[in-house]
Amino acid sequence: MSTLDIAAIKRDFPLLEREVNGKRVTYLDSASSAQKPVAVLDAMDHCYRHYYANIHRGVYAIAEEATAAFELARRKVAGFVGAKSSSEIVFVRNATEAINLVAYTWARANLREGDVVVVTHMEHHANVVPWHMLAAERGVELRWIPMTDDYRLDLTDLDQLLDGARLLAVTAMSNVLGTLNDIRPLADAAHAHDALLLVDACQFVPHVATDVQEWDADFVAFSAHKMCGPSGIGALWARQELLEEMPPFLGGGEMIRDVRLDGFTTNDVPWKFEAGTMPIAEAIGFGAAVDYMTALGMHAVRDHEMRLTRYALDALTERFPESLRIFGPLDTSVRGGAISFLFDGIHAHDISQVLDEDAVCVRAGHHCAKPLMRQLGVPATTRASVYVYNDESDIDELVEALAKAQKFFTP
Amino acid sequence: MAGLEDLYREIILDHYRSPRNRGELPVPPAHKVEGFNPLCGDEVVLYIDVDTDGDVVRDVKIAGQGCSISQASTSMMSSAVKGKSLEETRQLIRAFKALMSIHESKLEGESDGSDLQADLEGVRLGDLEALQGVVKFPVRIKCATLAWNTLQQALDEATAETV
Repeated sequence: MSTLDIAAIKRDFPLLEREVNGKRVTYLDSASSAQKPVAVLDAMDHCYRHYYANIHRGVYAIAEEATAAFELARRKVAGFVGAKSSSEIVFVRNATEAINLVAYTWARANLREGDVVVVTHMEHHANVVPWHMLAAERGVELRWIPMTDDYRLDLTDLDQLLDGARLLAVTAMSNVLGTLNDIRPLADAAHAHDALLLVDACQFVPHVATDVQEWDADFVAFSAHKMCGPSGIGALWARQELLEEMPPFLGGGEMIRDVRLDGFTTNDVPWKFEAGTMPIAEAIGFGAAVDYMTALGMHAVRDHEMRLTRYALDALTERFPESLRIFGPLDTSVRGGAISFLFDGIHAHDISQVLDEDAVCVRAGHHCAKPLMRQLGVPATTRASVYVYNDESDIDELVEALAKAQKFFTP
Repeated sequence: MAGLEDLYREIILDHYRSPRNRGELPVPPAHKVEGFNPLCGDEVVLYIDVDTDGDVVRDVKIAGQGCSISQASTSMMSSAVKGKSLEETRQLIRAFKALMSIHESKLEGESDGSDLQADLEGVRLGDLEALQGVVKFPVRIKCATLAWNTLQQALDEATAETV
């Protein structure tokens, strides 16, 4: 039995009551972006209506309230991922910006020609392109951890790949395959080679209880919008001493201690990395999302998603034993709720289009993971992804809509 | 409300299931141009043999992969331009793009579509008109126009060489 009342949770999300084409929306695209509960909407609305002002500047009461709320949100986010201190949380736009921040500051200060960055075949473009850019600019060498036939990382040659490496950049959960990567052993291996570990936890933090210290990671990137928070805000967690050493990212207001005609000195961590007016209400909404997920309990969330993913995998393979092929592990203990599949003879976009007739929202395409799609040998897949507000009825809707698509394209 | 049958007309599904002119041409004399839709991974490979002196698109072969709309549009394009003169081919490109954008520009209130209507004037689109339903599904317009943008590029390259 689930400890969560999914029907009650569904009612927390106004958008899930929306109808499209006369049908209640079946939202199965949370791996792309999650819907927002009333608690998050209210927190942001309340900020704008009652205490909105710029932060860290005004001496008046509402500016102090806004600053306090913004910094409280940072403490909530820090607690949510097990940071030692809230100063280890840098607010950024999203996980992509968090990874770019590391590439532009730490990596450009420390890496030179011939240094090695190790990435994996299952990375999102956000954890590939910044390293390609660095490689092109600095002559840094990229090495790739391949994949096994059962969609896990192939760590056979890990030690050779890490030889000479300065950084290992890896996803905690593949946005295409759903594969969960065991981070702690990767951290140990990287550190044994004097390399740092960057974790793209964008798909992980919203779904599984996260402890960055237990991981022994060095950098962890994640976004609010995939965990029921607003878009436009995310976080980079990094060890305090790393943040202290790193040069600043963007220059401007707030990130400085002093500016003179002949130069500037930087503000303390984390504000050193937060130039210009930040997305204030969004940060507060991020904090509200943390409260919402914490109240549900991340272990309960994970339990629910494992059960629902099992149900979905079984429903899909039983209904379409011949025509549907799933890319990703079938064992729910090593995977999350992003389920990518190929339908024989029907392109992902055409499936998605037919599903839209029944207000079933899924993602179709390469999922910003083209190197992985090339490994899989497919141009595009359809991806259905579940979250805490989905239940068996959503999966049943998906299966019925897929049956319709099959009938339409293969008469 | 636009229904699926507006998008997936029978002739489109037919071209998708049985694409015409699939294959390759030796390069040179043919030109090979690849077109990508980076958003969804649709891919069109176009081989075009243009006789600039004789002013004719001698042969067209297509390859690639993608959704039904992109692949059907490519197949229909290849049938439509084979044997046409260069000017007729360019007219057809303009007319097809006009067909795809009238609805969009009307929606955005930029134009009443009369300037685009001029591009459609006097051009026989034939089977291609079946793709008109695509404009009711704005995200799919790029799927339909991919082949035609690729054709334009191929034509430009083929004719540039002789100038």
